[in-house]
Amino acid sequence: MSTMLETDRSVTDATAIAAGASQYLTFTLGSAEYAVDILKVQEIRGYDSVTAIANAPAFIKGVINLRGVIVPIVDMRIKFQVGEERYDQFTVVIILNVLRRVVGIVVDGVSDVITLPPEQVKESPEFGAALDTKYIMGLGTIDQRMIILVDIERLMSSRDMELMEEATA
Amino acid sequence: MEDFDLTQFHQTFFDEAQEHLDEMERLLLAVDIHAPGAEELNAIFRAAHSIKGGSGTFGFNDMADLTHVLESLLDKVRNNEVALSNDIVEASLQAGDVIRKQLQGHREGFDVAPEEAVEIKAALSALLQREAGATSRETQKTTPSASASGAWQIHCQLDKLGERTRDALFDELRRLGIVTVVEKSGDSTHDLIQILLDDGQGKHEVDEIFAFVSQPDEYTITPCVLENTPAPAMPAAVPEDLDGDGFGFFTDPAPLPAPDTRPDDGDGYGFFEPVAAPTPTADPAVANTGKEVPARRAADKENETSIRVNIDKVDQLINLVGELVITQAMLAQTVSTLDPVQNENLFNGMGLLERNSRNLQEAVMSIRMLPINSVFSRFPRVVRDLASKFGKQVELKLVGEHTELDKGLIEKLSDPLTHLVRNSLDHGIETPEIRQAAGKSAKGTLILQASQQGGSIVVQVIDDGAGLNRERILAKAQERGIPISADAPDHEVWQLIFAPGFSTAEMVTDVSGRGVGMDVVKRNIEGMGGRVEISTTPGAGTRITIRLPLTLAILDGMYIGVGTQVFILPLNLIVESLQPRAAEISTISGKGRVVHVRGEYLPLLTLYEIFNITPQTTDPTQGIVVILELEGGKTALFVDQLLGQHQVVIKSLETNYRKVAGVSGATIMGDGRVALILDVPSLVQLGRN
Repeated sequence: MSTMLETDRSVTDATAIAAGASQYLTFTLGSAEYAVDILKVQEIRGYDSVTAIANAPAFIKGVINLRGVIVPIVDMRIKFQVGEERYDQFTVVIILNVLRRVVGIVVDGVSDVITLPPEQVKESPEFGAALDTKYIMGLGTIDQRMIILVDIERLMSSRDMELMEEATA
Repeated sequence: MEDFDLTQFHQTFFDEAQEHLDEMERLLLAVDIHAPGAEELNAIFRAAHSIKGGSGTFGFNDMADLTHVLESLLDKVRNNEVALSNDIVEASLQAGDVIRKQLQGHREGFDVAPEEAVEIKAALSALLQREAGATSRETQKTTPSASASGAWQIHCQLDKLGERTRDALFDELRRLGIVTVVEKSGDSTHDLIQILLDDGQGKHEVDEIFAFVSQPDEYTITPCVLENTPAPAMPAAVPEDLDGDGFGFFTDPAPLPAPDTRPDDGDGYGFFEPVAAPTPTADPAVANTGKEVPARRAADKENETSIRVNIDKVDQLINLVGELVITQAMLAQTVSTLDPVQNENLFNGMGLLERNSRNLQEAVMSIRMLPINSVFSRFPRVVRDLASKFGKQVELKLVGEHTELDKGLIEKLSDPLTHLVRNSLDHGIETPEIRQAAGKSAKGTLILQASQQGGSIVVQVIDDGAGLNRERILAKAQERGIPISADAPDHEVWQLIFAPGFSTAEMVTDVSGRGVGMDVVKRNIEGMGGRVEISTTPGAGTRITIRLPLTLAILDGMYIGVGTQVFILPLNLIVESLQPRAAEISTISGKGRVVHVRGEYLPLLTLYEIFNITPQTTDPTQGIVVILELEGGKTALFVDQLLGQHQVVIKSLETNYRKVAGVSGATIMGDGRVALILDVPSLVQLGRN
């Protein structure tokens, strides 16, 4: 995307945020598009040198050294059985900062940062997404595309993810 | 100063008061009751005095009140008005304990029940009365002003003081008696204040207050006869207790008397000492205390060479240096692929970098290291109290108290050591009668000894008491249904006392004997990555040895490879590594394999099975078997290969993930990858299931 466009966007975004909108990072998992609160995202990096953890569930790929911090990596593609399980230079890891923990998630691809005003976020109906409805904050629409807003904090602390000693959900 | 927020100094006060309390206790325990040194008495007084000053300044009135009484008593003692006695030492120690509780209360923001303080205050006052009645009657004659109440007039320049200081001054004076400003001269060169003192107050108290706000030559205190004593209304808008300091925060409004202008009284701070203010009426009895004390500044100087730093900052520094070392190792690995001849300078530089970063790491690590003395120092008191409680005579010897170990370990070591010492005193060392009957000296010896042996710290608790009784322990084990054969080796029998709820004490005392304790000791020590061993000779004593790693942050590790993965084994557990021959491996049906090493059959743990890894080899004769020394015997661990030995920085897996069975932590290797540190006891557990 061009610099010009970027500048335009950020100007409109700034006004939108002032009006109560939130920014989200969108990513794809299989055919669906998901989004997480941008403030929970620490960084985006490639997938490499993951040390496997014995007897951990398959979707926990292991831990990496992120500048001296040991960070677990979860492959959402395996967890939700979508997308293609492939690890190459295009594999993307989103490093999240949730509940004062740092966790990396592997997704099919990271697409964009979007700004959604609250009125564009709709209540999620019960539907057969890979993700349980209780982890969905709502559905957003942008350019005719439906985006699933993930309650990442709830998801990461859930018992399903087996990431934390004492799961809260 | 006007809008000073005192709370910002609270932490400093708490720390300093703690130190003063420790110092006071140490001195009280060390003092020779029959021939106390003047210097010691002064030091004890000084400690109490500083606590009082600080607590008054910060408005901790309960502490100030109690220390005031304590200080009065100690003051009498150091001025030889009262002879030091066991009772005084005991009461002072108890007062110290109460002050400690109060301090803890203020630190954590809860209220301490005042009963204890009232009690000890009464006890101190009673001592003060009794002793003073006995010895100071004659002093009374020679020093009528020292404790006699009466009227005094003070010439000073009130306007030279700030308003707040002045108010505080009057507040203070009013605590002593009735204050009147007789003359308030317009040009403010001369003010005259009269004070009619309450009983028990003397010139010296007045002097103290003035010395705090004025130079000694700026005021004079003389006796006078008061005609009338109307108490004028004075604004009292300032907090009380501006007396006493010891912390030096108030230099601004209160020009301190330069220490040199007064005879050195030995107080590290030099202000408002009751002695020898150069006033015309300074009475001889008080003044002569000035000469008995040489300056004792040297000790205070020592303190100035250290600074207080938040431990988080130190840990952050340690982490950063750890990163630096890893980065250096990564660089070194990259450089090692280059041609050493063409890149000679680069290689030299890398060599230097390696040495410097290692040195840096060592130096930074040493910041966290504290002498073990900070744990040992509490024991003279504990031993003294317990010995008198049990009616035993015990001499405590501290050896190697300068041995340094990690601050985190020191904090955790204190509880287990206290348990061990109590046990030794309660069950180990016998009463004087029994000892003499057994041909030993009436006085038992308890030795606390610390030393560094290689990468570990060894702490020993040695007593020359009765030792452990093998028969009684075995009987008790049987009673409790713990399986052990009657001819088990001694060290196995001794380990039984660490079983939960195990106590052979015939009588449960409030100190020990309930059988909680030794198991906690063992758990605590193992929690620190250490071990406990016992050796004992019936009738001659017991030696309990605690082995601890030097630090919690670093581990000497052996890199081992299984399949494509690298793990780290704590080096201190490794006895040897070998490649067994086929004949040495046997399979026990249903119980897995054992390996026959040096006459022993050891269970063979296979790491690739426990961790579900595809190994390079499944045949122990092709791989390596590492013999590990564990609690409860040796174990053999089968791995693919040994990769080398390194010091690793331990990182927690639980910060961002969770506890993993068989793994105690993680570290970052030279190439930047994460390697898991094996938790051998939990591996053994996993292997069994």
